[in-house]
Amino acid sequence: MEGMRLSLCELKNLARELRLDVLEMTTRAKSGHPSSCFSAVEILTVLYFGGILRYHPDDPWWEERDRFILSKGHAAPLLYAVLARAGFFPRERLWTLRSLGSPLQGHPVARILPGVEATTGSLGQGLSVGLGHALAARLRNVSYRVYVLLGDGECQEGQVWEAAMAASHFRVSNLTAIVDYNKFQETGPVAREMNLEPFRAKWEAFGFYVQEVDGHNIEALLEAFAALQKVVDRPSVLIAHTVKGKGVSFVEADYTFHGRALTEEEAKKAREEILCL
Amino acid sequence: MPVGEKAGLPRGKPLRDAFGEALLRICEQYPQVVVLDGDLGNSTKAETVRKAFPERFLNLGIAESNLVGVAVGLAFCGFIPFVVSFSSFLLCNAYDQIRLGVAMSRANVKLVGSHGGITLGKDGPTQMGIEDLALVGGLPTCTILIPCDAYSMYKALEQAVTHEGPFFIRSSRYAMPRVYEEGSSWEIGKANILREGKDLTIIACGLMVACALDAWAELQKEGIEARVVDLHTLRPLDRAMIVKAARETGAIVVAEEHLLHGGVGSNVARVVAESYPCPMRFVGLEDTYTDSADADELLEAYHLTSSDIVAKCKEVLEAKNVARKGNTISSSIPRS
Ligand SMILES: Cc1ncc(C[n+]2csc(CCOP(=O)(O)OP(=O)(O)O)c2C)c(N)n1
Ligand SMILES: [Mg+2]
Repeated sequence: MEGMRLSLCELKNLARELRLDVLEMTTRAKSGHPSSCFSAVEILTVLYFGGILRYHPDDPWWEERDRFILSKGHAAPLLYAVLARAGFFPRERLWTLRSLGSPLQGHPVARILPGVEATTGSLGQGLSVGLGHALAARLRNVSYRVYVLLGDGECQEGQVWEAAMAASHFRVSNLTAIVDYNKFQETGPVAREMNLEPFRAKWEAFGFYVQEVDGHNIEALLEAFAALQKVVDRPSVLIAHTVKGKGVSFVEADYTFHGRALTEEEAKKAREEILCL
Repeated sequence: MPVGEKAGLPRGKPLRDAFGEALLRICEQYPQVVVLDGDLGNSTKAETVRKAFPERFLNLGIAESNLVGVAVGLAFCGFIPFVVSFSSFLLCNAYDQIRLGVAMSRANVKLVGSHGGITLGKDGPTQMGIEDLALVGGLPTCTILIPCDAYSMYKALEQAVTHEGPFFIRSSRYAMPRVYEEGSSWEIGKANILREGKDLTIIACGLMVACALDAWAELQKEGIEARVVDLHTLRPLDRAMIVKAARETGAIVVAEEHLLHGGVGSNVARVVAESYPCPMRFVGLEDTYTDSADADELLEAYHLTSSDIVAKCKEVLEAKNVARKGNTISSSIPRS
């Protein structure tokens, strides 16, 4: 099997399950960044289960696999939940998140767990690593695509733009950046803390093919990724408009949920809301 | 058992909370102070200043190299910028900006590295500052302060403002017990003797000070008299205090919440080697990154507890005694 292609209905159900996994993992660990995970659930669901990424869970480092790099490493619980569902390791391991002796570190550490491609958590570094993988495909003459998920706040790091400049310079068309544009960073709204706009124009100026999408609309995401695979002359970026904390009303409404787990009480309410999605 | 309990130390608040309060007091007293944040004000507690003096608080976003560069510019225009982030992100992402702009330029920039050590816990090794003292220690001119409680945090900030030049101050998420009474003397470059003892000296900094005091209490029960020194300044190093410890107690254990390579212990060892070589042991992180876990569990798993200090103290005492015996034997051999 190369990757997984589920139906629209199955993808929606899976997205709900993944939110519940993240909720349970972080509530049990009493720490983590659930709100940052929730905004990217549909993006990862479509990549891993909508037939976009090609991978073999029993041969996780297969040379021709498509790569997914979680540059916004604080969404690690989501990545782990996705990898477990994709069959990279048993789901029971999810509950060891952030505990002594577990490879499910608070932020991802490369290759200590099958499917974890890069060590991230210090923001800004993933796109460069992705570019390295993309260039290796060219040097080795194999074909795979590389997807890197960035936070919007993360795009304030200079290294992101160094990578963007280089990707465009080398005309690397097998590299796609995805920005989880949820409009919030740690201490407040991005527009207030350090504005990124005009954001689309920035990427265009750096030589990227830019597409924007509703990052919670599974059908739209499927179409967008399919369209980006046809770009052959330059790197691409998918600006995914998302909602931080998506699926849980009181988390969506309060950015100070960044970087904290829900209490048992809050988690119970959150669970009910997620089940109604 | 919580750190500091064996020594009977009063519980303290998280050091970052103490930092936030101290920084606010400093801003009230010194109008030329400005605070530069790297989108972590809520975690580092620099946000106290944002609320009270919004015009003197700049969030430069998630962009540490630029953050430091901007501070350098402000410093050369007469401001006293406090640059606050996690010690790992600040030192690792902006090292060259700190090297040229701050250290080499002797700019009046005060760097605050929060979440130093492993006790940030569950966020894991990518966020921990376990190389921070080695990194900043590699930069000549930069004064390095490692407070161990709320009082010493305030003293550190106050002295950073009143002394011209580059500073690095380490902060932490951990609730460090109170070590100092209000009004105690706490001066840059002057290590403090917290407990007197003749058998050996424990030199510690940061959280390990409270652990050392716990160890002191344990050792006392066994009739071992340890001197405990708070070496809160890594640069300028209090050489006289280290030499005195080597000469008077003849055995030294150094404890730090940092990698053993390039941290406080190796700096102390150099002074000892050059003056009064004596047996030494080191408590700190062996060449490793840690797991993500609860802070106290990590301290235990990576051997940074008072019991670990006690064990090293016994080892060093044994080595001291063996060396003494060796000396007596060799001096009793008749010279021909
Ligand atoms: C280099 C660096 N600086 C600061 C941080 C602390 N930090 C962790 S998450 C975060 C906010 C990230 O915002 P964004 O990229 O928008 O991600 P979101 O959680 O909104 O998806 C910050 C400042 C970090 N991890 N790395
Ligand atoms: Mg964001």
